[in-house]
Amino acid sequence: MSGYLSEILSGSKSLAVGMGITLREFFTPKVTLRYPHESVKMTARYRGHIELIEDENGEPNCVACGMCQRACPSGCITLASRTVEIEVDGKTKKKKELTQYDLNFTTCSLCGSCVESCSFNGITFSKEYNLASTRKEDFHFDLLKRLKERNS
Amino acid sequence: MSAPIQLRSDETFTLNVGPQHPATHGVLRVKMEMDGEYIYKAETVLGYIHRMHEKMGENRTYAQFLPNLGRLDYLSAMAYNHGYVLAVERACGIEVPERAEYIRVLTVELNRISSHLVWFGAFIMDLGGFTPLMYAFDDREAILDILEGVTGARLTYCYHRFGGVYNDIDDDFIEGTKAFIPRMRKALKVYENLVTKNIILMKRLKEIGPVSAEMCRRYGATGPVARGSGINYDVRKNEPYSVYNEFDYDIPVYHECDSYARYMVRMDEMEQSLRIIEQALAKLPEGPIMPAKKPKIIKPPVGDYYQAVEAARGSFGIRIVSNGDKNAYRMKLRSPTYSNMHLFDEACRGMLIADALAFMGSLDLVIPEMDR
Repeated sequence: MSGYLSEILSGSKSLAVGMGITLREFFTPKVTLRYPHESVKMTARYRGHIELIEDENGEPNCVACGMCQRACPSGCITLASRTVEIEVDGKTKKKKELTQYDLNFTTCSLCGSCVESCSFNGITFSKEYNLASTRKEDFHFDLLKRLKERNS
Repeated sequence: MSAPIQLRSDETFTLNVGPQHPATHGVLRVKMEMDGEYIYKAETVLGYIHRMHEKMGENRTYAQFLPNLGRLDYLSAMAYNHGYVLAVERACGIEVPERAEYIRVLTVELNRISSHLVWFGAFIMDLGGFTPLMYAFDDREAILDILEGVTGARLTYCYHRFGGVYNDIDDDFIEGTKAFIPRMRKALKVYENLVTKNIILMKRLKEIGPVSAEMCRRYGATGPVARGSGINYDVRKNEPYSVYNEFDYDIPVYHECDSYARYMVRMDEMEQSLRIIEQALAKLPEGPIMPAKKPKIIKPPVGDYYQAVEAARGSFGIRIVSNGDKNAYRMKLRSPTYSNMHLFDEACRGMLIADALAFMGSLDLVIPEMDR
């Protein structure tokens, strides 16, 4: 009987202690943001979908070597190129030029293997995270077009 | 414990729990044969989220398979990546710089705490208490912010690489972690007063869900489930890997074999992880994070390799059978919750359904990891 009573006492005390903790929470500062009006800034290393990097002339750094395409586990990247002849110091040189860079973001798992495999500083992560659409086609990005739009 | 209930097999009905049930935390289906409120037997049905990760490991290159590991147990993705890179490094004989190993341990232990915090919040919610979830997620958010700053992602980090880690940690990480340790210690005290000593929790968990040590051995249960049954087994201590040898920490073991013991093991583990983090920060050596010499294409020599790590839910093992190719010949992933789950049927017989769901929560199930 005494065990029963002491359990009631200690049990009630444990409940009161818990209530005290939740009561204290009323007076602590808020930790949440009112999202659509405020939002958190993405960190410098945040991995969004990829984006082409441009050189000083506004042309992509990419030399169409295709390493990113091969590194991608899900095969999201498709790129095409053509060979052009350019003149450097009076000599004609053959150079690959990027004509198409498609990212199929629907299957991308944001692992970052493509950026890591690139040795020409051609691609980087964007900081975009508010991507939502009801149409699949909205996630097939033409990165070359995006680059041009950014420059215009 | 109350006297065993005599159940009759001829008067049962089937009750489906899942595949969409909030208490299973995923797409797990449990077919329960019920005698009134008591469970006569429970058959677990898996496969609703099977994604053939093992097969993917066999038709992708080793580097391409790396992101998959974070998708097994999305709550403690770091430990799974760690296990995989350790296995491949063992196979290829890649030397890892010491600093990289320390960074790995730091991130894995932080991730372990965040994983236990999710379990803590969700488990108490299963038992009907909503408030602790908010407290747990608030503290977990601090860890996710720290890890996001250094890895670039919040859940599927994919941070470890063959030979080292992706990025070096910065001052923000070190300062953030140093500030986090006292905060978490304070939070653990709050949890103790708010939840652990709560009379309702004790009544719901003590002497409920008995899992004997013998049962753990039969089913191959590991992690907090085994340690709550008095088995002192932790891969970090028993088969030391990485730099775990250099830290001073304890393995919490409880002998009560009930849900409360498993609860206590996880709560104590958070404190032990904090201890490891503290020491790792103090000892953190300078140096490179990637080895100077590393094969460009990962092609392990012909052979059979195995590496186990202690993930948040138990021992996670990877077996790689290589035939010298770019792809593995066989990639076997041994996930802890798969074994932990299967003792549910035997242990829950004769249990009230409300207790069985509390027991299921104490096993800490992550369904995508079970199904792979």
